[in-house]
Order: sequence, then C-alpha cells, then structure tokens
Amino acid sequence: MFKILKYSFYDLMRSRWSYVYFIFYLALGFILLFLNNDVNKAVITLMNIIIVLTPLIGTVFGVMYYYNSKEFTELLLAQPIKRSKIFMGQYLGISISLTLSLVLGLGIPFVAYGLFRSSAIFDFSLLLLVGAFLNFIFVALSFNIALSNENKIKGFGYAILMWLFLAVIYDGVFLTFLVFFNEYPLDKFSLIATMFNPIDLSRILILLKLDISALLGYTGAVFRKFFGTNLGMTLSIFILVLWIIFPVWRMNRKLKKKDF
Amino acid sequence: MIQIKNLHKRFGKLVVLDSLDLEIKTGGIFAILGPNGSGKTTLIKSILGMVIPNKGDIKFKQKSVLQQWGYRNQINYLPQIANFPANLTVNELIEMVKNLRPKQAGEQELISLFGLEPFLNKKLGNLSGGTKQKVNIVLTFMFDSELIILDEPTTGLDPISLISLKMIIQKEKEKGKTILITTHIMSLVEEIADKIVFLLDGNIYFKGSVSELKEKTGQDDLEHAIAKIISRKDV
Repeated sequence: MFKILKYSFYDLMRSRWSYVYFIFYLALGFILLFLNNDVNKAVITLMNIIIVLTPLIGTVFGVMYYYNSKEFTELLLAQPIKRSKIFMGQYLGISISLTLSLVLGLGIPFVAYGLFRSSAIFDFSLLLLVGAFLNFIFVALSFNIALSNENKIKGFGYAILMWLFLAVIYDGVFLTFLVFFNEYPLDKFSLIATMFNPIDLSRILILLKLDISALLGYTGAVFRKFFGTNLGMTLSIFILVLWIIFPVWRMNRKLKKKDF
Repeated sequence: MIQIKNLHKRFGKLVVLDSLDLEIKTGGIFAILGPNGSGKTTLIKSILGMVIPNKGDIKFKQKSVLQQWGYRNQINYLPQIANFPANLTVNELIEMVKNLRPKQAGEQELISLFGLEPFLNKKLGNLSGGTKQKVNIVLTFMFDSELIILDEPTTGLDPISLISLKMIIQKEKEKGKTILITTHIMSLVEEIADKIVFLLDGNIYFKGSVSELKEKTGQDDLEHAIAKIISRKDV
C-alpha cells in the first residue's frame, strides 16, 4: 500500500494542479494578512473560505484522479497486490498531497507574519486540522461516487452535486425546516442534522474554539449549550473521524464486488 | 494450468459469459478469438481477478483464484489500452512495477530491442500511442512468469516492432510458457497460434488447431473460416 501511496503522491506532486492549488493558498494567505493586518481576523475569514473550498477541491481532485488513472489502475490490478491496498494507497496519496498544499500554502504566509508569536496559533492549527479532515472526507466521498459510476460525466456531476448539496443546499433546507417547525422544540433535530453534514460540523468546531457567539448561529449555540465547549469539540472531531471511516469502509466493500 | 468451470458473468442484463468451461494446458500459444463483444476480454479479466464472476470457478495450478491476489505474481498481463500516469517517466514506471513484484526483472534487453533508450527519462504523458504500447510490452515481458496474457498486443505497433513482438512471443513459447492472446489479426494467429479457442455468445464454440478449424468450416483461409462461423450464427 505504501508503494502505491508513494507513487500516487509523486505523480500528484508533479502535476500542475497541485502547484496551482498551493499557490492559490499562498496568495490567499498573504492577501488576507495584508488586508486584515491581524492574524486573528484573518483566521476567521480563512475559515469561511476553507470550509467551502477544501471540500470542493477534494471532490474534484478525487473524481478526476480516479477517472484519469483508470487504465493505470487496471495495470496495477493485474499485479500481485490486494485490491483494497491499491485504492487505499491512491486515496491516501491524493488526500495527503492536498493536505500538504493546504498546510504549506497557508502555513508559510502565517508563519512569516509571526504566527508563532501570536495567540492565534491554536486557532490556526485547528483550522488546518479541519481543512485536512475535510480533504480526507471529501476525497473518500468522491471515490465512492466514482466507484459507483462507470460514466465519467455522470460521476463528475454527482460529485459536484454532492458538494453543492452539503455546502449550500443542506443549510437552506435545514433553515426552511427550522422556520417551518419553529413551534416545536428543535434542539435535538438540529443537533443531529448538523452531524450529518461534515461541513456544518467543521464550521461549528472552529467557531466553538474561536468562541465567537455572534457567528455561532442556532445550531452552534445549541451545540454549546448541550455539550459545552470542550465536549462539543471532542464530539465533533469524533464525528468527523466517523465521516472518514464510513466512506472508506464502503469504498472497500464496493471494491470487493467491482469489475474492472 | 487453468481450469474454468461453469463460468457465468452478467453485466446488468447482458449475459457475457454463459456457463463456460475451458481447460488450458501448460505450454503453447492459445489464441482467443471471437467477434466483438463475445467476452474475450471478460474471460481474460476473470482469470486475472479483475472481473468477478457471478457463478463458477477458475483454478490456476489447481487452486481457486477467486478473491485471491498472490497468484498474479505468476502471470504477466498486457492490457488492451496502455495509459499510464502522465507525470511519471518511463524509467520510474518500470522501477515502480519492478518494485511491486517480488521477482527478478530483465528489462534492459527489451528496452534496446524496441529502441526505447531515448524515451527513458521522458514523461509518459508526452509519448505517442505506439511508444506507450512498447513500454506496455516491456512491462509485460520483463518478468519471467509461467502464464502470459496478451490482450490485443499489436495495437499501434509499427511493422518492425511487430516482428520483434512475434520474436519475443516465440522465444517465450520455446521456454515452455503458456501464452494466451486475443487479437483480430488473423495472419498473426495463423503464424503463431498452436490452438484456437473461439468464443461465441459467451461460450466456447470451437477449440482446436488452425487446420482443424479450416477443416470444420470447409475453408482454406482462416479469415474466411472465422467469418463463416460468425455469419452462420447471424442467419
């Protein structure tokens, strides 16, 4: 598995897109710091971007990599390697290289600006951690979609739709629900509904840490009231881990029966 | 070497292999023929464990291969379409495949035979189709394995490389290897194949030598003999 991981990683590290992604984050980091002139404020702005963008990039990269390397995967499948190892290697290769682009791209400007002397270092680390989680989650989800769809266009469409749903539509539906049923106690419902969306969960996790009540929103407030800050954070990290485990498990199950 | 029993494979509603039985003995060149969509590639991929059959069993050296992977170390496979990671160089790809298989490789001779030296440090994404196919052939033949499976090996090759390919196949045969080959080029079949396995409607329609097939169909020419089988089925 580590051999496959190594080669997928090399392959990606040399592709133009990894650099575009890296340079984008680099530029974003510098621009935000330049505009905000304050690490703390930049972290908040960055959160809003990371939470929407990393899932999108993870989804697109995951689907693209799967379909582009299809024939090569077939070559690997004819080698004496276990199926699940090939795909886990590729999966980790993409996720790690994306995470590296994120961490380095944002890390360099923030460190240059004096992150280590600022109090925002933990907030910033948490932000990168959440970004890494979102990478691993969305690459796994997109691999699942790609594995279930032979047709490239369809797979790509479903993957983008999934991102759109989780990043935008979900909140809209959720909000409509809250407005519609506002006469009922909705605490539990909204708690559970948040857990079913990794993007919402990441947002709450960061906001709990940043402790900005104004931005917490309804679910965030419920989350804090229900679990308190520390338990809330631990719980949301735990659920994010589940969000990785479940798609990876399904990927392996699907693989056992798939024809190539 | 290979025993296939009662093999069924369906893709959705389409039945590709329908209770197929086949035995392939050790040594010699077996040409797997059949019209487009007759299940040649599916059969090969089932042997390799890339396609998972709905029913039936495949044995390689008396052991079932279903859900196994270690046995593939004894098989060299040339896939139909050669497409590699665009950002790796030829050398890196060869090193990688060598790295993945726990056995000796002799790629140097093959590289010079196909004149691939100038391309070794080029990225695979920049190679032409024919050159990629040559790399593909090098990857397939650089290991010493008992079973060699070639799926349309001649695609995109120039005449000189085609001659080299035939030479390699003959050499491997002389070493006592078992070679399965699918192709639509009948002259190649006539030249090198010891036995023909003809697939039709997901089953074996004919198994035997080239001359037996000609006798059976009453044709002097292999191309016509094959055409006759296919057209008779359509009538």
